[in-house]
Amino acid sequence: MNTELKLHSLTALFNTPDEIIHAAEKISSEGFTKYDVHTPYPVHGMDKAMKLKSSKLGYITLIFGLSGAAFALLLMYWTMSVDYPMIIGGKPFFSLPAFIPVTFELTVLLATLSTIIGMLTFFFKFPDNNNPLIDSDYMKAVSSDKYGICIYANDPKFEKDKILALFESLHPAKTSEVYFPEKTRYPSLEPKFLVMLLVVAILTSGVTYITLNKLLYIVPFDWMLKQARVNAQSKSDYFPDQFGMRKPVEGSIARGFMPYEYKDQLQQPEKPLTNPLLPTKKVLELGKSKFLTFCSPCHGNYAEGDSRLNGQFPNPPTLHSNKVREWKDGNIYHVITNGQNIMPSYASQISREERWAIIKYIRVLQRAKNASDSDIILSKKESALNGTK
Amino acid sequence: MDIDYSVELPVVEGRPALADIERVIARPMEEKPSKKFFIALGITTTMLLFGAVCLGLTFFYGIGMWGNNQPVGWGFDIVNFVFWVGIGHAGTLISAVLFLLRQKWRTGIARFAEAMTIFAVMCAGIFPLIHTGRPWLAGYLFPYPNQNGLWVNFTSPLLWDVFAVSTYFTVSLVFWYIGLIPDLATMRDRTNNPIKKTIYSIFSLGWRHSHRHWQHYEKAYMLLAGFATPLVLSVHTIVSFDFAVSVIPGWHTTIFPPYFVAGAIFSGFAMVVTVLVFVRTIFNLEHIITLDHLEKMNKVILATGMLVGYAYGMEFFIAWYSGQDIERFVFINRAFGPYAWAYWIMVSCNVLVPQFFWIRKVRRSVPLMMIIVILVNVGMWFERFVIVVSSLHRDFLPSSWGYYKPTIIDFGILIGSFGLFFTLVLLFTKSLPVVSISEVKAVVEGAQPSHHGD
Repeated sequence: MNTELKLHSLTALFNTPDEIIHAAEKISSEGFTKYDVHTPYPVHGMDKAMKLKSSKLGYITLIFGLSGAAFALLLMYWTMSVDYPMIIGGKPFFSLPAFIPVTFELTVLLATLSTIIGMLTFFFKFPDNNNPLIDSDYMKAVSSDKYGICIYANDPKFEKDKILALFESLHPAKTSEVYFPEKTRYPSLEPKFLVMLLVVAILTSGVTYITLNKLLYIVPFDWMLKQARVNAQSKSDYFPDQFGMRKPVEGSIARGFMPYEYKDQLQQPEKPLTNPLLPTKKVLELGKSKFLTFCSPCHGNYAEGDSRLNGQFPNPPTLHSNKVREWKDGNIYHVITNGQNIMPSYASQISREERWAIIKYIRVLQRAKNASDSDIILSKKESALNGTK
Repeated sequence: MDIDYSVELPVVEGRPALADIERVIARPMEEKPSKKFFIALGITTTMLLFGAVCLGLTFFYGIGMWGNNQPVGWGFDIVNFVFWVGIGHAGTLISAVLFLLRQKWRTGIARFAEAMTIFAVMCAGIFPLIHTGRPWLAGYLFPYPNQNGLWVNFTSPLLWDVFAVSTYFTVSLVFWYIGLIPDLATMRDRTNNPIKKTIYSIFSLGWRHSHRHWQHYEKAYMLLAGFATPLVLSVHTIVSFDFAVSVIPGWHTTIFPPYFVAGAIFSGFAMVVTVLVFVRTIFNLEHIITLDHLEKMNKVILATGMLVGYAYGMEFFIAWYSGQDIERFVFINRAFGPYAWAYWIMVSCNVLVPQFFWIRKVRRSVPLMMIIVILVNVGMWFERFVIVVSSLHRDFLPSSWGYYKPTIIDFGILIGSFGLFFTLVLLFTKSLPVVSISEVKAVVEGAQPSHHGD
């Protein structure tokens, strides 16, 4: 025996489960506290023999399981009702029944992972491959088919000779002494381990970087995105003139846009168009607004030919003349569309519907200017009804 | 036949010494693999490669390579997903539910069944990923803070699926690993090969078979079993929600969750029996995985098969009882329409064939049970096919009715998933103890003290 080595523990091996139970009872009743029983499988009744308190592991499970449930519910509440509330299927933002599955899964996940990690690290202090017992003949025996008991040298009642005598009284198959290794090794400071840590760190960060910044943006096939087609205003060798953009076929018209039949015709048409609009309040208001914008600068606010342009542009005649009053709506439309004398075409500024609305408004102005007696009586009646003078 | 039911039959036949058990279980890992092993591995990896090529084509050209199209938008992808998740359920059931029910016979088969769970869930996990067509965007399935300020829809069954399957995989893996730690320590102490010793040492974490550890270990195992039991029920329930929460006639039924869970156990046990029959013969584990074990599993197959049969009948009854024309049409169409062939394969394989297990001789005859469990596997695959395809192919608009035809790529991916599963199973048999050494040692006769420390 090498006496310079520090003693770690004294061990004894037994052949049957009954013997080990008996040995454990004996040693725990002798008052030893730093001892352990090693068996290839859990032997029933050993907790009692070793006078062990029941495992406290369940508390970890409980605490983390409840945290998992709380985390899941809070996460779902916050995302679905606070951060980005969205109505889905007409359900409330916080729809508890639909949140149950995820809550359950996260409860189970956190509870199990914490139980295992807590047990291995907090209760067992694993990983612990440096323990002097490991690789000893004693460990090889209890790993297979023997039942062992060992008393550690740091037990307050540890006395080598007394313990060996105690072991002998239990008739063990074998006793042995386990020593600490000659030199204390610090595997976590070995260069090999440090290099491994570095490699793991580089790999982890690299994979994370690639996943988050590259992998999520990869477009492996893009032929729906990039098809053979002519882009607007670009060259194309397909056509002899190399113009990508083509003129429409002669005579084609835009959808829903019938061209004006008398465009660029100087004379008034023989069969003028009829006004498609009714003189509703909405139409008249549109007409008034467009008349004041486009027509009134020359024709005057009341269509009397009193231009605001102070002679910078020739004044047009009044629209209250008999000629214009007797014109059909289509005649006025013709003038707005094509222009007349020095009045230019307003077809590009005023849409068709707006032109018809302006004509309706001109009719209102004409009637107001040339009101008949019956009109005056009617308007007085209306004023009285509305309570105005 | 006189059987004395008052005496519990020994779980392990004979009364082998603890060291013998260890030697038998460790042998496949300590011997060089035989020629047969390499032939088997060659076949499975070829299947795997075929699947990989088909997957590559799918990724390159898009999922237009598959047969699904309007109106059958879900085809082999979802069929295979549900099939594989179902296979996985047997492992957790054996390791967790039977543990809580104190069924000692589970010890011989639990490790293998758990490994099959993990491999089956791996196979299953492929399909939801690839059926999106953009599997590299799978990160979007998880709620993580992003610059778009978007979150996943927590009220969607498809999202529940993500959580259920990933939790299930994680918990199964942890459960399996925890069971492996003492065995890895035993392997560490057996081997003299330095490389093996390093690997076993790293993964056994310094396990010393200490009773102070065993005490917490047993507690943890029980807690995990307690969580895995509702978990296994929740997973297939949530998978069934993918269908049941929709408003498609043929899917929108409240019987789906229990029906799916029963079907999962049914198919899972069938798969476990299929593989165990080979494993016990090849590795000489007949006295550890005994005929009694197989018979008990066959009984479970019989029971769950009848549950599934009840669900088939009840679906038809409710379709009639609801008085809903469309609902009635879907079910009559299912049994007598264009997919009647699939429906009747399903019924005969899942309901009629397992009835042979009423006969004790059939339950205890290895060749006969092989035929039956393989037919059950086929039937259960067709069950998912019938549910997915026959409910979709004649939708509300008769002008868009169609007939779903899978392509060679679809079959290739299915074959590939079997290749992956059996490759992993083969590698597992050679690298880890296929039977839990410490658990089997604990249930051998005479392994526990005679007076239980009283």
